[in-house]
This record gives sequence, C-alpha cells and structure tokens, in this order.
Amino acid sequence: MRPEFTSPSSSSSSSADRRLNALVRHLATASTVSQTTVAFSPTSGFHGDSVFSHVVRAPEDPILGVTVAYNKDPSPVKLNLGVGAYRTEEGKPLVLNVVRKAEQMLLNDKSRVKEYLPIVGIAEFNKLSAQLIFGADSPAIGENRVTTVQCLSGTGSLRVGAEFLARHYHQKTIYIPQPTWGNHPKVFTLAGLSVKTYRYYDPTTRGLNFQGLLEDLGSTPSGSIVLLHACAHNPTGVDPTRQQWEQIRQLMRSKALLPFFDSAYQGFASGNLDEDAQSIRMFVADGGECFVAQSYAKNMGLYGERVGALSVVCTAADVASKVESQLKLVIRPMFSNPPIHGASIVATILKDSNMFNEWTIELKAMADRIISMRKQLFDALRARGTPGDWSHIIKQIGMFTFTGLNSKQVEFMTREYHIYMTSDGRISMAGLSSKTVPHLADAIHAAVTRMS
Amino acid sequence: MAIRRAMSGRIMDRTAVFGARYMSSWWRSVQPAPKDPILGVTEAFLADQSPDKVNVGVGAYRDDNGKPVVLECVREAERKIAGNLNMEYLPMGGSVKMVEETLKLAYGENSELIKEKRIAAVQALSGTGACRLFADFQKRFFPDSQIYIPVPTWANHHNIWRDAQVPQKTYHYYHPESKGLDFAAMIDDIKNAPNGSFFLLHACAHNPTGVDPSEEQWREISHHIKAKGHFAFFDMAYQGFASGDPEKDAKAIRIFLEDGHHIGIAQSYAKNMGLYGQRVGCLSVLCEDEKQAVAVKSQLQQLARPMYSNPPVHGALIVSTILSDPDLKKQWLKEVKVMADRIIGMRTALRGNLEKLGSPLSWQHITNQIGMFCYSGLTPEQVDRLTNEFHIYMTRNGRISMAGVTTGNVKYLANAIHEVTK
Repeated sequence: MRPEFTSPSSSSSSSADRRLNALVRHLATASTVSQTTVAFSPTSGFHGDSVFSHVVRAPEDPILGVTVAYNKDPSPVKLNLGVGAYRTEEGKPLVLNVVRKAEQMLLNDKSRVKEYLPIVGIAEFNKLSAQLIFGADSPAIGENRVTTVQCLSGTGSLRVGAEFLARHYHQKTIYIPQPTWGNHPKVFTLAGLSVKTYRYYDPTTRGLNFQGLLEDLGSTPSGSIVLLHACAHNPTGVDPTRQQWEQIRQLMRSKALLPFFDSAYQGFASGNLDEDAQSIRMFVADGGECFVAQSYAKNMGLYGERVGALSVVCTAADVASKVESQLKLVIRPMFSNPPIHGASIVATILKDSNMFNEWTIELKAMADRIISMRKQLFDALRARGTPGDWSHIIKQIGMFTFTGLNSKQVEFMTREYHIYMTSDGRISMAGLSSKTVPHLADAIHAAVTRMS
Repeated sequence: MAIRRAMSGRIMDRTAVFGARYMSSWWRSVQPAPKDPILGVTEAFLADQSPDKVNVGVGAYRDDNGKPVVLECVREAERKIAGNLNMEYLPMGGSVKMVEETLKLAYGENSELIKEKRIAAVQALSGTGACRLFADFQKRFFPDSQIYIPVPTWANHHNIWRDAQVPQKTYHYYHPESKGLDFAAMIDDIKNAPNGSFFLLHACAHNPTGVDPSEEQWREISHHIKAKGHFAFFDMAYQGFASGDPEKDAKAIRIFLEDGHHIGIAQSYAKNMGLYGQRVGCLSVLCEDEKQAVAVKSQLQQLARPMYSNPPVHGALIVSTILSDPDLKKQWLKEVKVMADRIIGMRTALRGNLEKLGSPLSWQHITNQIGMFCYSGLTPEQVDRLTNEFHIYMTRNGRISMAGVTTGNVKYLANAIHEVTK
C-alpha cells in the first residue's frame, strides 16, 4: 500500500513535501521499507507544527530587562541605574589596569594552551580564592577542611552548591532574606530546594529588621539552610553590624542552621577585602560548617568572564574530600568543566603580591567613588529640601541604594526623567556620576512631591 | 564533660571557639563519588612516570608531537581582541554575533530558516551546556517525555538527561560483530518508540564508536523518524573534524532540514576550534515561525539565568572574530582540515601497522570509522593490560582517541594492541 499524505498547510513545507514524496516513492520500491501508512502525529514537523507550539514567551528578566529598556530610549539625559555593573565618572564600563596587565601576560605566554580544565577548575585559582575569602591563615584552610571549586561567577556557585544540598542534605528548605537579589529564588528552586523567607529589611527605618530576623531564624526547623549576604546586601545595602552578626552566628549555631553565604561584593562594600569578609570569618572561626559562593564579577570587573568559586567548609578533611568528589558529579552534567580565561586572570593577579596590591588600590578607588556618590546624592536631596529622611543613602553599603521609592514613583521617574531602575526602588550607585547626580536628585524630588 | 555534652547534640552555647573535632559534620554520610570514567583517565596518565606512556583517553586533539594545539587563527583573534573590549555581561542568550555565525555553520550559509528568523538559539557552555539546557527545556515543556539515547554514547549524555530528570531509553546503534552500524535494529527501535519520542543523534563522528550512518542510511533514518513524529536532537561536537569539511559533516542535519523536521542542535567549538577550556557552544531549536522562535529563546534564557546568568564572553569573542573575518575564517577551515587529515592518516598508519604485525583479527574498522575516536573492540581486561603493562591510557570501553596517536607512538601502540589480542 502506498503511503498517503495530506497536503501541508504551511507553504514552507511544500518543497519538503515534494522531496518527501520523491523519497518515499524511491523507498517504497525497496523491500527494506515496511509497507505501513505514514501517519503524521501532531508532533510531526512535516505539518509545519512544532512540538514546542505551546511554549509561551517568558517575561523579561526584571533586572536585565531594565538595561534592555534603557538601550531603547533615545533621550540624551537617560540614566541607567539598573544592573549592578560599575561605571566610571564618565559613565563608562571599567576594565581594571591590573586585569589588562594580567591579560597581556597570558597572551604573551606562548606555552599557554586552551585545554579542558579539571572539573573543579584551576587548582591555583581555587586555593587563592579560599585564601582571599577565609584569610590565608584560616585554620579551616590549614587543616584541609575546605573544598573549593571554580564555578560560573556567583550565580553558578550558588547553583552548584544548591544542587549538592538538594541531593545530600537532610533539609531541603533554604531561607532567604526579604528582599533579596531577584535571581536567588529561581536558582534554589531549580536546584531542587524549596524557598522560604526571613524578615530582613524594615521599610519604616530603611534599615535592618533585626528583631524580625532573629525571630524568624529562631523559629526555623533545626538544620535549615540560611542564605546570608556576606556584605553589601543586594538590593537594600543594609548590613548587620559586627555585634549583630555575632548574635546571628550564635543563634544559627544553637539551632544547627547551615549558613550559605553569597559573597558578591568583597572589597566593594568598605573598600577593604578583609573587612568585608568578617561575617564569613566569624562563622568559620567557631569551627562549624558553611557554604560560600564567591564572585569576581564586580570586585575584579570580570562580569562577562563568569568567574567565581564555591567553597564548602567542613569539620574534617576527609569529609571535604568526599564533598568535592560529589560536587564534581553536579558539575559534569551541567557544563563539564569551567571556562579558563577569567579564572586565569584572577589567579595571575592573586598570586603576584605587586599585582595584588595594585588590585586593592583600584578596588578601593571604585568603592570610594561609590561612597562619594552616596554623599553627593544625599547632599543634593537635602539642598532641594526633598521631603523625607534620606540618611539611608549614606548609611547603606555597597553598590545599591534601596531608595524607598514605590513602583509608581519609579515609573514616573522613568517616564518623565528617563531614569532606569528596578521597580523595587533599587538604584545602582555605580551608575551615577557627579554630573548626573543633580538630574537624579531632581527626579527623586519630583517623584516624591508629585506622586505618593 | 563539655565534649560529651556537645557530642550528644544537646543545644549548647557554642560561642566558645570549638575545635573542629568537637563538632560532627553534616556530610559524614556523603559517599565518595566514583571518578569520571573519561576525565579520570587523564588524571591517571599524568600520574604515570613512565617515558613510554601514551594517552589515547580524552578526546582532545594533539599534534604529531603529542602536544596540544592552539590554532593560529585563534591566536590571531586573541591578539585582535586583547585590550580592546570591556568585559560587561553578555545578554542571557549570549553573544548575538557568535550565535549568528554558528547557526550558519549548522544550517547553511544562506539558510532560508535563518533569514526567516525561525531558529531559537542561545550561546551555551560548549556541547555539555547546550545538551543540558535542551534537556532542562525538554523537561519543562514535555514533562512526560523521555529521551532515546544510542548504545553506546558519550557517557556524560546519560548524566545530563538524568540530572534534568528526563527518563532515558536506549536505541540500538553499534553492532559489535561488524564494528559498524546496527542499522536494522536502529530502524526497528525508531519504529517501536511511541509517537513523538525524543531521539538523540550524533550528527557526525559518533562518540565513542566513530561509526556514522551513510548518507542513504541517514535519509532512511529521517524518513522513519518523521513517520513517527519523533523529535530529532543532534549533538554536533565534531563538525569539520570528521571529514575535514564542515559542510560535509553537516549532511545529516541538512537532510533532516530538507525533510521538514523541526530539529534541535547542540554545537561545540571545543574540538574544531580547539577552544576546549573556553566552553563555547550553541543550542538551537528550529521553530514554526519567528514568533515561536522568540518565545522558545526567551524560555531557554529562563533556564540559563538560574544556572549561570549569562555565558562567558571570551571564547565567544574568539569565535565571532574568526567567523566574521573572511581571512581568518579561511585560515580556520584550513587548520581544521589539517587536524582531520592527520587523524585520518593515523588511522591508516595504525591499521597498517597491525596488519604488518600479522594480527589475526580484522582491523578494517579503524579506517572505516570516522572522527576522533576508534572503537577498537578491545575488552576491559585487554585495556587494563595495555595500561598496566604498556602505560597506554584509554577508556575501558576500548575507545581510542586517534588524536593521541602520533607517528612517534603508532608503532608502539600497534605492538601493544597486538600483544594483548594475539
């Protein structure tokens, strides 16, 4: 019996139709082809129907979508205060001098090849990253209780750590601060964890809701995972004080809660690398365990190179070794081994004391410029007599300020003043310059006085 | 006393600095994971002190001196881009330019499908990342589907679809007796699979066997897959590496496109541009129309964002620099052919040497098979002997990476194989 065909509905398959006809006529005479009717199921490409017809368009990423919208705007006074990428006074992205130097060194080294890295990445990079965050003299490192694996920036480190926890940890819930970086919830849910929140930001004080935090962490089930921003909380810029960190540590250890630190801004918050690592080091000093996701996107300006590291601090060396072997099983089916370029730059810089020093100076300059922008914005609002208390602008830390503006006010600022920011009122101070502060201050003033 | 109380797990004031030995780990029950069967081979090789050692394990190209190669076109591209651009985040879907050029390689330089914008495509973390993104996408939008995987296949394919939680089935592929394709059984499996199943196909240079269907066989495979309304997903990790001609190596894909399939493709630049450690690749899904391609791409990005946010820029920049510069592209095509030709030459040499030694077995398959790997037919026990007695490293399934064979070691390798098989 000759196979039957229905006419295709879409014109683009008519030539395919003819070819298929020709093919089947050719094959139908061969004895190897069984004489069955060619049945076109709904998933057959021949009809022009795709198996993925039911896929709907996903909404824009709320953070990255801001830059998309900004790019479309033709206004000469437009300001991008959306994504947290550092900008110079001239509003330009910055590649650190020391990074350029490292790149040149790598380029000139003819012996370098592009082979696959081991699954866990560059060993030297991992070692130096651990030293950077835990301190070179950390007993955890000295006792080989830390396993560090190279991952794709902060996101990748969080994801690999979360997948490990979903497989090997007895508690499958992670508690994240309210609010937190927009991408956190999805990273954890796709890894297989369920997500709950704990109180963090107090909108009335625009500071830390410490009581709420202690209450919520105090009532989590024992052993739960808790996400902590190591410094420069994103999006609020509100960090616990040293004393508050100590209380958090005590509470968490008393309930055996597992800390998972997200360290995306080491050196960027205060300008000092060791200072910004204190919260983590306090936890490590008590001998307990924790996870740490490190990113070099901001503090080394390596954004697009996707450089980061996941460290797991364990109570024993043999355990750390077993953990590492299981981390490899998470990584291999995800991307096999990490990208070599960015991590090579980092290792080059971290292992050379001169380059390391150069880096700390450039890093401090970036942090200082942001602190200066905070001061200028605060002064500008005060000068305009903008109603409200704006001291949080100089109290908050790191790249972002949680202005306290609501989404209507944000929308107004975008519409009337071409200011681009996330609808939660978060502005990236890194996107400001002395020249643009007045424009932003005008916009905030207008938004506050004309929209409530 | 304090120690005993601590170890009994009672809630205590742990503000004192506890030594690590007083606290028990959450991870004590974590089992040590087995070594990766492929990457573990290189680790063992590196640890071996013997001057005769030969690494024919992992599929990374080596020149005739056994050295890794950075292509000249890559060096040139890196010189061009160093110091010029910033390191800002790429979009979630990666470098648009790199993806455009990459689609041309797979779908054809003047492909109507590209012009009609019907292809949803994102930059991915080499072939692994592209397969994983697709597996996650398949899980999300076809939660009840399963993937049909050839036997054998690259070991990591199983890991990828498992971690994406897509159930796996297998289909016949390799025919051990002939060391060729088990074509009849493969067609049977395609026919017996429930309509609308997902099939993983190696576009060229099948890993690990080196056995590819002929053009006529591909046409028949296409016909039967179409008849059942299956989805064809191609893993193309060796375009250019198999025959030396990227267009020729894309033949299977082009046949499927002509036949009207809406395919998916994972592409990698690890081998054909020698960019292994840069992790550069691309995942594409052919859709009905532009609107659907936009929707599918947006959903692929939704899967990438919580995995790594956006892909690494450096490798993508190298690729787009090379492919968009006519001179560099020409140079690349030349260099790819050199690599493929060297491997074809080594196949001839290895077979020739074994036959000269008077081996009782047939080694025809060495030159019949194509691409980086040769499925030798050696048993795990024979492989172990090769490693223990001759310091020759390969995966225990008998897969030889021809890229590791040189004029310097081919005789030694042939001798050793002859010793363990005579």
